[in-house]
Amino acid sequence: MTFDYLTVVVLLGTSLLGGVAGVVGTFAVLRRRALVGDVLAHAALPGLCLAFLVLGTVQFAGLLVGALLSGLAGLALITLVCHATRTKEDAALGIVLSTFFGVGIVLLSIVQQQASGGQAGLKSYIFGQAGLMGRRDVYLIGTVAFVGLCAMTLFYKELKLLSFDPGFARAQGWPTLRLDLGLMAVLALVIIIGLPAVGVVLMAAMLILPGATARFWTDRLGRMLPLAGIVGAGSAAGATLLSAGMLTAWLGFDLFAFGDTTANLPTGPLIVLCGTAVLLVSVLFSPRRGVIAAMGRTARSRWRTGLENLLSTLYELGERQPDECPEVPLQAVLDRRRWRPWHARTLLWWASWRGLIERSDHAARLTQQGAQHAARIVRARRLWEAFLIHGVNIAPDHVHRDADAIEHLLPAELVERLEAELPKS
Amino acid sequence: MTVAYHRKPVLWDIDLIAPEGKLIGIVGPNGAGKSTLIKAVLGLVPAASGRVTFYGKPYARQRHRVGYVPQRESVDWDFPVTTTDVVTMGTYGQLGWLRRPGARQRETARRCLEQVGMTAMADRQIRQLSGGQQQRVFLARALAQDASIYFMDEPFSGVDAATESAILRLLQSLRREGKTVLVVHHDLPTVRQYFDHVILLNMRLIAAGPTETTFTNENLQKTYGGRLTILDEAAEAVRRGGPQP
Repeated sequence: MTFDYLTVVVLLGTSLLGGVAGVVGTFAVLRRRALVGDVLAHAALPGLCLAFLVLGTVQFAGLLVGALLSGLAGLALITLVCHATRTKEDAALGIVLSTFFGVGIVLLSIVQQQASGGQAGLKSYIFGQAGLMGRRDVYLIGTVAFVGLCAMTLFYKELKLLSFDPGFARAQGWPTLRLDLGLMAVLALVIIIGLPAVGVVLMAAMLILPGATARFWTDRLGRMLPLAGIVGAGSAAGATLLSAGMLTAWLGFDLFAFGDTTANLPTGPLIVLCGTAVLLVSVLFSPRRGVIAAMGRTARSRWRTGLENLLSTLYELGERQPDECPEVPLQAVLDRRRWRPWHARTLLWWASWRGLIERSDHAARLTQQGAQHAARIVRARRLWEAFLIHGVNIAPDHVHRDADAIEHLLPAELVERLEAELPKS
Repeated sequence: MTVAYHRKPVLWDIDLIAPEGKLIGIVGPNGAGKSTLIKAVLGLVPAASGRVTFYGKPYARQRHRVGYVPQRESVDWDFPVTTTDVVTMGTYGQLGWLRRPGARQRETARRCLEQVGMTAMADRQIRQLSGGQQQRVFLARALAQDASIYFMDEPFSGVDAATESAILRLLQSLRREGKTVLVVHHDLPTVRQYFDHVILLNMRLIAAGPTETTFTNENLQKTYGGRLTILDEAAEAVRRGGPQP
């Protein structure tokens, strides 16, 4: 696998873009301004086309000024619509976004009908085409990335406070409006320089996905921001390789061999898909917030409850017999608990593996250790039942069902307090 | 001072002097404008007219002497910060632009957490805290502001018994240090026990003064005895911008 000069330039550009979009986007999402980014991107399209009509070239810098102006006009219009007509903000966002995008598409087809030949690159602004990026474009992206990352680092404390509790920030004397405007300005810059590579339709995803992914792996903002930057840069780089046909070249065959080669796929959708793939992995495998971890916790607590129920049932059935740990026929246990056979078998196997019971074919007895464990659970339940009857005045026949679940959860310290609170009689 | 939301006045002609070094309860029915009063005083909602002074100077010059406890529901508790992070935010005002919190600020945060009995929770993500614990974090953050006047918006609402007594102890120790504390409160039975001074509010100032002489049945009747429909209708008229044809 070899990298030619052009690919390196493009890779550098998209990675820088992905990184800064991830970091700035994280703040935008936490400040609940993610949709503003979406509007800004869509509203930039008419400006792009108008700038092309005026300038007559697809030169990067010139078009971006047009895009920035019309994007900002879109944002201003939202504020105006909200205040003048009492339209709710989300509705106003929707109206402005689709209107500007509609105008942009109409202008685009007008531009396309002018057969001047220079408009070829313009269409790629809808879904993005990173392959068209040149060295000077990368310098521009690098500058914006540097400015954006510096701003986020310098004003980290202020932005953190602003996003968490704007009211408190204001009361403490911070100029929240100016901070918000500053954040929006950086956001706008990042979006505008991202348009050629990612396109107006999917730019917002590049802002939102990395932060959402990073949130699955950390509870600290200080770690979430660099992580979002890395995720953003990584998925942008991966998508660029796919889009540039690098993966195909490396594998020696085309992974997506339906008709065309991947080399012609626009970059924007690929970046979004790469980002989504990383997010999906995080949703599944994150140790604290992930789906699999949550399922594991549920299953563990279910099995633990089952085990404790088995022990306490053995304990109660054997309680009236003179032996300390008498043999109890398994059938008696199964009569009390409505377990499916495989569930009961697994529980019995698990309990004897942990040395809590000794079992023969048709009977089981608690070991010393198992009896201690069981006694603790039975005691917690009985204390809880007594507390419900005496302390909360619940009718005795209503009590048992609730108590059956809670004894597995009560911390030891609370059980002591339950005992202390009961009347001594 | 008059305060308006969307041009609709919600507080009329409040004229009030809060005495120094007292625990002051702001009491009134729902929609009476208790929180709005605090927010207007702090400049969080614009006052339509009037002015606020602290120790004889405008608020903008005295912010460092003011501590604020917003309502607990006003923020997203899933935000990626720890308890200590939130409490440290109280020191940001004194830090000023660009400077990062350092060892001294961390020490302040630790001390304030201790005062509300939350040392054990210092490194928890704030979502893992109970409602009462979250309330105490907000109190600790206000303590970290090291202010002379505190404004607290419903600190007692929806908290457990342990938190309630922790807050009360804290209020009393603040009073001992000579601080002034204004608390929005809507649990009438505890007013006498908690506060030296009350402000009775229902869209306008009903009465203000020492609890003994002000928190009387007569004044409560005036505060809670039906909303003043004339004020409601006048507010509506102001919002519409004049008589309709």
